[in-house]
Amino acid sequence: MVMMMLKGNEATAYAAKIAKVQVIPAYPITPSTLFPEKVSELIANGEMKAEFIPVESEHSALSAAIGAAATGARTMTATASQGLALMHEVLFIASGMRLPIVMAIGNRALSAPVNIWAEQQDTIAQRDSGWLQFYAENNQEALDLTLIAFRVAEDERVLLPAMMGMDAFVLTHTMEPVDVPDDKLVEKFLGPPKPKYPILDPTKPATFGAFVFPEHYMEFRYSQFVAMEHSKKVIDEAFNEFKELFGREYKKVTGFMNEDAEILLVTMGSMTGTAREAVRKLREKGEKVGLIKLTVFRPFPKEELIEITKNAKIIAVVDRNISVGFAGAIFTELAASYNNIKEKPKILDFILGLGGRDIRLEDYYEIYNKAKESLNKEVKEINWINVDEEAVYEVEGPL
Amino acid sequence: MNFENQEFFAPGHRACAGCAAPIIVKWVLKLAGPNTIVVNATGCLEVFSTPYPHTSWRLPWIHVAFENASAVASGIDAALKAQGKREGVNIIVFGGDGGTSDIGLQSLSGMAERGHDILYVMYDNEAYMNTGIQRSSSTPFGAWTTTSQVGPFNILGKNEFKKPIAEIMAAHKIPYVATVNPAFLSDMKMKIAKALEIKGPKFIHAISSCTTGWRHDPSKTIEIMRLATETGIFPLWEIENGDFSKMRLTYIPKQRKPVEEYFKPQGRFRHLFQDPEKIKEIQKMVDEWWAKFENKN
Repeated sequence: MVMMMLKGNEATAYAAKIAKVQVIPAYPITPSTLFPEKVSELIANGEMKAEFIPVESEHSALSAAIGAAATGARTMTATASQGLALMHEVLFIASGMRLPIVMAIGNRALSAPVNIWAEQQDTIAQRDSGWLQFYAENNQEALDLTLIAFRVAEDERVLLPAMMGMDAFVLTHTMEPVDVPDDKLVEKFLGPPKPKYPILDPTKPATFGAFVFPEHYMEFRYSQFVAMEHSKKVIDEAFNEFKELFGREYKKVTGFMNEDAEILLVTMGSMTGTAREAVRKLREKGEKVGLIKLTVFRPFPKEELIEITKNAKIIAVVDRNISVGFAGAIFTELAASYNNIKEKPKILDFILGLGGRDIRLEDYYEIYNKAKESLNKEVKEINWINVDEEAVYEVEGPL
Repeated sequence: MNFENQEFFAPGHRACAGCAAPIIVKWVLKLAGPNTIVVNATGCLEVFSTPYPHTSWRLPWIHVAFENASAVASGIDAALKAQGKREGVNIIVFGGDGGTSDIGLQSLSGMAERGHDILYVMYDNEAYMNTGIQRSSSTPFGAWTTTSQVGPFNILGKNEFKKPIAEIMAAHKIPYVATVNPAFLSDMKMKIAKALEIKGPKFIHAISSCTTGWRHDPSKTIEIMRLATETGIFPLWEIENGDFSKMRLTYIPKQRKPVEEYFKPQGRFRHLFQDPEKIKEIQKMVDEWWAKFENKN
């Protein structure tokens, strides 16, 4: 184990190194550019043994990753925003072919207008692509969750690709002390890079990506569904093994001051740190507030979320994404999780921090106050926080 | 080792009668042998050869999408290297003209520029045949397709010239680029065998008749493709390391046949005969090409 001062992108590059990743096709895009740079540097100075492919687009990055993983190599790439959107088509093919590729994402807003700062819309927009999705709160988590992503993705009961999201700049470009585990311990956790699935091998010819008719296609999709369901258990096992080997504890859903809370905030990613501070301050004033952090978004941890939130009066979901025409994704999925449960908390959605707008303590106080207000009176279900509503109404007309 | 007596592309696939693509594929694989991994861009070949749960491929084969076969092959190259298994394995990509000259041009260019040891074989049937005969950048000047329709306001069909994809690939200064025609089997075999011997990116442009899209009798495939070269419309040549000054014509017809002999049996050119001036125009373009290159050889 070595303590290093690392930016988020460097933490994931070191994760690739200690996981003994063999092939890294990558295309630079802000804010994940430092990943291919660091990989190139680690290879150039002999610290890392891997084949780096400086591809000509993100589409090709993931396509090359599919070729590499289908040939049995442990494979990783990184991207963000427009790059992830360009990969959209290929994401479904990676999961459909059941290839355990891991991808680090610098979560960034999508154009237009162009914006390079933090938002989780890019990965949320890919939630139906059949990839597991992990979200890091800090750079230590970025490194750890990348290792865990490999452990789960490569498990024979899963064999699905995984993305690990970290917020643009807040994590990707910010230095934090990170414990980089020892290679040997990592090998104990992950096993050597040996494929546990059929590969492109001239001694055992097989056809990958055949043309499948309606009489067989649905079973392929149902297989993915079942594998994703199985991953729920495998993720818990991986978290437990990780704790035993490395001492750090992860859960799909982590509570903070939530035991007797009437109002619960639900957060995901780097916004959680500020939320924790807000909860602490509010508790000092005697407010019964708590916090739930989401680390895994796919598979959606429905059971754990219901268990940990069911006794609250209000759940205030904080979404750093928006499905225009409805609501934020965490709100939608949490509300759907409660669909068949009679006694349930009121669930409200708060959209904030889009395009890298700072998420401040006062934003959480505002969220808390609105949520508290809703105990006695009707409040809006979908609330935009720290946005100049009047300026928008002037152009678009009032809502 | 010679594998010419072995079949790596099994019969019983669903190609149309008279399709030239299987002829090209089968010969490439015979020359490559069993130590080969095949990547296929989306197109007729992928569809007719892998109707699940059947496959014609007796070699490891992968299809990912339309525009990215070269990138997939790049990943395979890297993975074999990383695992110490690269030695002796051929990586061969098959793409149609759409997957090569159009939607796949970027990833092909990237693969060539990075210098991967991959043989790319384009089977050029000169339109998007898989979706039903739509024009591609490789459709020849004057050809009818379902998106270059012929009518009083568009008498030519396609008004634009065929994209010179093999020249574009040669301009990448890759070690080997050649045009081949299955109707000239020994020339095609010689070039494929040569390409397989060379390390680095290789590009082979194979003309590939589509009886459905070219609108000709399925029994005439070889005859018509032979005419493509004997009229000088599809010349056979090779260029090494992008040195255009040393471009070598591998077949020079003693007497080039008039272009209308190639056009006549094909429904896609039928409208040209209403306006003989257009045929003369095409003949002139062909003659000019030969005047420029024939003397060099």
